[in-house]
Amino acid sequence: MQQKYIENFLSTLGKPLVKFIISLGELTLFVFKAVYHALVPPFYVKNFIKQALDIGFYSLPVVGLTTIFAGMVIAMQSYSGFGGVGAESMVADVVLISVTRELAPVLSALMVAGRIGAAMAAEIGTMKVTEQLDALSTLSTNPFNYLFAPRLWAGLVTLPFLVLFGDVIGIFGGYIVGVYKLGFNPANYINATLEYLQALDITTGVVKAAVFGFIIALMGCYNGYKSKGGAQGVGEATTNAVVSASILILIFNYLITEIFFAK
Amino acid sequence: MSDTKISIQNLHKSFGTKKVLDGIDLDIQKGESLVVIGGSGTGKSVLIKCIQGLLTPDEGSIKIDDVETVDAKESLKKDIYAKMGMLFQGGALFDSLCVWENVAFSLLENQKLSRWQAKMDAVRVLRQVGLAPDVADLSPSELSGGMQKRVGLARAIITKPEIIFFDEPTTGLDPIMADVINDLIVESAKGLGATTLTITHDMASARKIADRIAMLYQGKIIWQGTVKEMDKTDNPYVTQFVSGSAQGPIKVEV
Repeated sequence: MQQKYIENFLSTLGKPLVKFIISLGELTLFVFKAVYHALVPPFYVKNFIKQALDIGFYSLPVVGLTTIFAGMVIAMQSYSGFGGVGAESMVADVVLISVTRELAPVLSALMVAGRIGAAMAAEIGTMKVTEQLDALSTLSTNPFNYLFAPRLWAGLVTLPFLVLFGDVIGIFGGYIVGVYKLGFNPANYINATLEYLQALDITTGVVKAAVFGFIIALMGCYNGYKSKGGAQGVGEATTNAVVSASILILIFNYLITEIFFAK
Repeated sequence: MSDTKISIQNLHKSFGTKKVLDGIDLDIQKGESLVVIGGSGTGKSVLIKCIQGLLTPDEGSIKIDDVETVDAKESLKKDIYAKMGMLFQGGALFDSLCVWENVAFSLLENQKLSRWQAKMDAVRVLRQVGLAPDVADLSPSELSGGMQKRVGLARAIITKPEIIFFDEPTTGLDPIMADVINDLIVESAKGLGATTLTITHDMASARKIADRIAMLYQGKIIWQGTVKEMDKTDNPYVTQFVSGSAQGPIKVEV
């Protein structure tokens, strides 16, 4: 009797674990296959351009809005936190560092994950359940080359540009609050910002962005590719794409930060 | 060279613990139209997908023009699969492309024809399947089910494949449209001299298309013969399926 309980207990523990390990293995295989096909021809440049426009250009408003308010709120908070003597250069510095190192890459990536990761998973998932992926194969076109490689490249290439744009807008947000709300001298604020500006801050943000862009596209493609069973399956894939991309973004954000800044 | 186009031996495929194909032996002659009939969920689609290389069988051999395709090299596979065309059950048209881009997909992506040339070809084939040139610029979602099937057929035959697969070509169509599609299938296959493999459970369609009929049941081919032989056979499985009766040896799992 007792043995049976233990067996049941172990199997409830073991089943999800085995499932998890299987899906981890599937994901790893998918990553290898996707990267391989992203590096060898045929390349579908037109598809890449379309995706790059979708991910990059059409995300500009979202990223702009996100980062401008992030910059504004950081200026406000750091002023109320550090207020007093030298607040001007302190606020400029805090805004600069937090926007370029963390806020612009992470917030932009999370927004793009919601916007693009979901759309990719839905599109590819629908193609999968309506046999369009099979149709591609029967037309001698590998879905990895035709669909996934352009998306992975587009994510990898465009996110850094989005984040550079977000950097500028975010710092501008801090400037607006600093100058119009907190009454700083505009010239001093800009000088302070330029003085503290370091290449490393920008570089880490850009490296993060590239990794995040790859993660977003990868999760969108993978979850779409794995989806099955009609509308419900596609819905699940969409949710999974966004959730898994968001979590991975936060995890990799920490890992990359540790690589660059841990002493 | 023998006259056998596709030769399948001892084909097995399981999903988890469920055996879907359990030792299929099937030969299809050059230029022949073989129709595989069988109930829903008997593995008809899996059979087609194995032949097309979309699924890898667990065991067995599939030879096309005497060349083994299971576990063949990628480059060889590409050549083999370039000989094939397929009409999918739901059409499986790419909804990101317009009708003519769908039809001309292979011409644009594989043969690198100019867009103008490809469109001319697409319009010509669309006309063959009874669609007016002004359909070419529509998006697939603007078409009716019957028109989508026609576009799918046009896409399947534009490369003049040696082998064409039809996955339940008449499902979801009204009887008259179904008959029109059947005629088109026969016409285009004969026109190309192609070998065709159709899976269906629509007996009217099977009678019209088939040179030979094979019945799939529980993962095995349990009967094959011509339409005439099918009407005379005393195989209880076949007679039950053909007459569409709930009584008989085939039990429907509910």
